[in-house]
Amino acid sequence: MPAGTLYRGREGMWSWVAHRVTGVLIFFFLFVHVLDTALVRVSPEAYDDVVATYKTPIVNVLEYGLVAAILFHALNGLRVIAVDFWSKGPKYQKQMLWTVVGVWVVLMAGAFYPVLQHTLRTLFGS
Amino acid sequence: MNDVSLYDVDNPAPVIEPPRKRTKKTPKSTRTNFELYGWLFMRLSGVVLVVLVLGHLLIQLVLDGGVSKIGFAFVAGRWASPFWQGWDLCMLWLAMLHGANGLRTVINDYAQRDTTRFWLKMLLYTATVFTVLLGTLVIFTFDPNIA
Ligand code: HEM
Ligand code: HEM
Repeated sequence: MPAGTLYRGREGMWSWVAHRVTGVLIFFFLFVHVLDTALVRVSPEAYDDVVATYKTPIVNVLEYGLVAAILFHALNGLRVIAVDFWSKGPKYQKQMLWTVVGVWVVLMAGAFYPVLQHTLRTLFGS
Repeated sequence: MNDVSLYDVDNPAPVIEPPRKRTKKTPKSTRTNFELYGWLFMRLSGVVLVVLVLGHLLIQLVLDGGVSKIGFAFVAGRWASPFWQGWDLCMLWLAMLHGANGLRTVINDYAQRDTTRFWLKMLLYTATVFTVLLGTLVIFTFDPNIA
């Protein structure tokens, strides 16, 4: 371990890094998202135009990425809360992280078709 | 064990001031429990946001054809119900405050110069107030017959 650093590496540090990166990304998305939703106060056409970009293949894939970020942040956030408030939390933090990763993989697999169906249908026909 | 005390009622021990005691001369304390409440808020809002945000994503991206169905008419249908208006309003306020408080921590961690840190946080607070007010206004003034 290098001297003069608080960073300890391993699961604890990397889950913290990922929690921070996803949190910041979600915040920036939310800022843009409230702006695009505000177009409902301009006109139905203006709103439908911006929503059309949400339906392009590239942005659709980005939405899957957003789901990935939020699912990780949410599940790991619950883990952080458990570490802080559950007396056995710190002892099981590593097991809980692998549980988070496992649940995340399952939910991401389940979300693949529903989230990307728009692109899959337009690219490969119904 | 009969230890003889140097002091008694007539000859009391000298008073030693506790080193960190606040006296009239110490500057007025500016410490509050703000950071504790911030910490607690991150956890309480987090639990609620799990339901609000994951529910929102389920409705918008998974159920009923995914993103294909979204459009002005869809929003009009949803905001006809006070329940979903309230849902979106809570989600807006909680997510923005949770995210802004999180970003405040991140800025405090990485921006080392006082002025940089100050202005980044001013930018953050301005963007946050603007977004929360705009989103609230949009929910309350939504007009399905705008065209
Ligand atoms: C979905 C449910 C969510 C849960 C359970 C959750 C949980 C948490 C928790 C417990 C923390 C504190 C971490 C710590 O003190 O070390 C945190 C930090 C943070 N959250 Fe969330 N959160 C959620 C949603 C969101 C959303 C929607 C955003 C963005 C708008 C967001 C942005 C952030 C940011 C930027 C941080 C600071 C990260 C850091 O300091 O490293 N979170 N979250
Ligand atoms: C790509 C994924 C998403 C889509 C397609 C989407 C879609 C929508 C739509 C159609 C609305 C209009 C109102 C309604 O139907 O409830 C809306 C509003 C809203 N969404 Fe999302 N959403 C997404 C992700 C998110 C995320 C991740 C968050 C939170 C972090 C969020 C927070 C909000 C808020 C706060 C509102 C209310 C906006 C306002 O007050 O003007 N959305 N969203």
